[in-house]
Amino acid sequence: MEREVALTVDGVRRTVTVDTRTTLLDALRERLGVTNPKKGCDHGQCGSCTVLLDGRRHLTCLSLAVAHDDAEIVTAGGLGRLAGASTDESDRLHPVQEAFLERDGLQCGYCTPGQVCSAVGMLDEAKQGHPSYVTEDLEESPELTDEEIRERMSGNLCRCGAYVNILAAVRQAAQDSVRQGSV
Amino acid sequence: MTELIPAPVPLRVIGTPLNRVDGHAKVTGSAAYAVEHPLEHADGPLHAWMVQSTVAKGRITEVDAAAALAQPGVVTVLHHGNAPRLSDTEDRELTVLQDDEVGFRGQVVACVVAESPEAAREGAALVRVTYDEEPHRVEMTLDTERYTPDKVNPAYPTDTEDGDVEAALGDAEVVVDQTYRTPYEHNNPMEPHATMAVWHDQHDGPRLLLYDSTQSVHSVASTLGSVMGIERSRVHVVAPHVGGGFGSKGLPHCHVVVAALAARAHSGRPVKLAMTRQQMFALAGYRTATIQRIRLGADRDGQLAATDHTVVEQTSAIKEFAEQTATITRMMYASPARRTRHRLVALDVAVPSWMRAPGEMPGSVGLEMAMDELAYACGVDPVVLRERNDTDVDPGSGKPFNNRRLVECLHRGAERFGWSDRPVEPRSLQDGEWWVGTGVASSTYPAYVMPGNSATVRALPEGRYAVTIGAVDIGTGAWTVLTQIAADALACPLEAVELGIGDSSLPSASVAGGSSGTSSWGSAIVAAAQAFREEHGADPAPGDTTTASPETVPAREEHSMHSFGAVFARARVHRYTGEIRIPRLLGVYSVGRVVNPTTARSQLIGGLTMGLGAALFEESYRDPRFGHVVTQDLATYHVAAHADVLDVDAEWLDEEDTLATPMGSRGIGEIGIVGTAAAVANATYHATGVRVRELPVTADRFL
Repeated sequence: MEREVALTVDGVRRTVTVDTRTTLLDALRERLGVTNPKKGCDHGQCGSCTVLLDGRRHLTCLSLAVAHDDAEIVTAGGLGRLAGASTDESDRLHPVQEAFLERDGLQCGYCTPGQVCSAVGMLDEAKQGHPSYVTEDLEESPELTDEEIRERMSGNLCRCGAYVNILAAVRQAAQDSVRQGSV
Repeated sequence: MTELIPAPVPLRVIGTPLNRVDGHAKVTGSAAYAVEHPLEHADGPLHAWMVQSTVAKGRITEVDAAAALAQPGVVTVLHHGNAPRLSDTEDRELTVLQDDEVGFRGQVVACVVAESPEAAREGAALVRVTYDEEPHRVEMTLDTERYTPDKVNPAYPTDTEDGDVEAALGDAEVVVDQTYRTPYEHNNPMEPHATMAVWHDQHDGPRLLLYDSTQSVHSVASTLGSVMGIERSRVHVVAPHVGGGFGSKGLPHCHVVVAALAARAHSGRPVKLAMTRQQMFALAGYRTATIQRIRLGADRDGQLAATDHTVVEQTSAIKEFAEQTATITRMMYASPARRTRHRLVALDVAVPSWMRAPGEMPGSVGLEMAMDELAYACGVDPVVLRERNDTDVDPGSGKPFNNRRLVECLHRGAERFGWSDRPVEPRSLQDGEWWVGTGVASSTYPAYVMPGNSATVRALPEGRYAVTIGAVDIGTGAWTVLTQIAADALACPLEAVELGIGDSSLPSASVAGGSSGTSSWGSAIVAAAQAFREEHGADPAPGDTTTASPETVPAREEHSMHSFGAVFARARVHRYTGEIRIPRLLGVYSVGRVVNPTTARSQLIGGLTMGLGAALFEESYRDPRFGHVVTQDLATYHVAAHADVLDVDAEWLDEEDTLATPMGSRGIGEIGIVGTAAAVANATYHATGVRVRELPVTADRFL
């Protein structure tokens, strides 16, 4: 059975006809040609398909597209715009992406779009005071220690083993955002 | 084409920490991997989904495709009864959909081609295959019938024997005689193996275009040409970005053939075939389990007199792969008497292949754990024991080493790690509820430079140069380091180099494997640049072109070419739960000149991280009834996750090795994983006094 859904992807509203079995990830990759989110496992186990869905990090391989009519999606390709880049600055990166480049938080690059979307979403969650599994005091706003960052980023696997550099990148982006008062 | 021995390159940007030139494309997700390339066709691409056998051995009696074909969107169901014929069926792994034989559970028995991925997947679930089952054998034990292969990967002698091992063991004051086991492991690159195939029937015959996730575009072109029965030059393979491989994309697997077969009947229309993560556990290669008996004989000071390393490991009955597990023991330590043997068990299971440092990785687990046991047995510090058995001459080949600095790596690591503070006795340091210990292991990897590489330099307007070679960047940083090498070899600015790689229409290049990529491709680029300057001078006209290939350096053949390293680990083992944490992992390496410190460090810490995963987590668990892997996804096959990886660091000695390459560099892709799992296991012994001789080292072992 087919249905039409509307999705706003990286600032552009698009309609697409999907099979009711089509995942949000396949709707993006196979039907809209948006291949920024990657398919690493198709089971919600690796994090490569992470995007920001209505502002929160989300595994697109675990969702059906028909359940997300009218959703607003930001992929790694749209993070620069999220950080304030105008349309004629299409090359501009989000500070998290800049930090990944500077710290070499990537090798093959396949998990990277998911890692950067996850990091942006995670920094926002922390800013809003969401605790994690390793947060000691659930009453206080958590401080983003290395342990907190590692825990909160553990849904994104990197087989090349760039974790040490991903940590450095996320830490740098978190510190910069505190200094500048925004993510 | 010119052939020359390239001269050492004067350095300007080699050795500087240039950020990845493909980094922007990767952090935005715009870098296109295999099935992400937009190919124009009025009807869009077709989607293929593989159907796998449910029996381990037997013959297919019927493929009932009726229900699948009745599904809306399903175009074809290919099987052995209707698929196009292959012209070369010698490689049984690649011989798919050709006959009724089934050699392992999970082998491809049919393929559904459909207008959408959803229809293809649904169709695949509806294909009914019936079999005549035959008896199968899928478990390896020490009692399983085994045989002696003719050689081990890639072409090492199966067995070696020097001196009288039994006599030396009989005379030894201290003997370690233990058996070590390593598990089946799967490479699991983040990008699943995937191919997009499109045929073009032209007036002079068919051409095949493949966008493939591969470590070698040229080997895919030659293999597919031969299997499909067309000239190699009529197969065009493109792979600008590859999402990891770790050996599993070094050789084409059967899905590339399936995609080519599926696309054959639809000339001009692309067919996408992406393996599922689950399918990768049967179809993309893996590391065999090993059972290693090691006997070390030494005097009271730990000086080795005899070393005996016998390995039992597994291959598939349909295709032999003999992991060179014991070759590390042939060259690592001075030992007057040495014996190494490999024995294979052929099972009705999936085909094993290369996984990061095949041979050295599992071999170092056995050897370096045995050396640790010898150190404790002799009461000698594990660092000192290794130093005491150091050698300037490769004991196996009798050749001098090119640049063996193992002892300096051990010393530097020990100093940085604070090794001298450790208590001598195991199980003597507690921090709260945790036992704490440290461990060390040596590391090594051969400095391979592959034959068959050439590169082209062409002058462009405005002082720019196109530099091309059919190399592949699987995450190593090849786009970046080859640009650096080309700039220095041409003595031009980085910005003046337009590098082209990842395409089989470019000059011949060997595989991104065996830590040989930068060495082999870089040498070809240097040869081409130097030949270009010789031919066209410093101020060439646009269009001036030179293609060249590096000649073998005779002096290299007179040396044993290796890199070395030392790995230090700290382990914490919880005294009540057995939980293991590795708060610190440090590798110090001697790898020649480092071309790019940024990407090099990433590769080394990446290898260390994968070694950490091998030590504590990774195991492909087989169903003993059918021989397939039951831990066939990333929720049950555990690789190191972010929370598992704490302080992991790598450094290297300042050096150059112009015998290895004109850049002075050696390869670094694999040495980081060698020895690492042993260092971690040794640290858990020092922490707890419990010696675990089997990977992965898990919590239950300490309870």
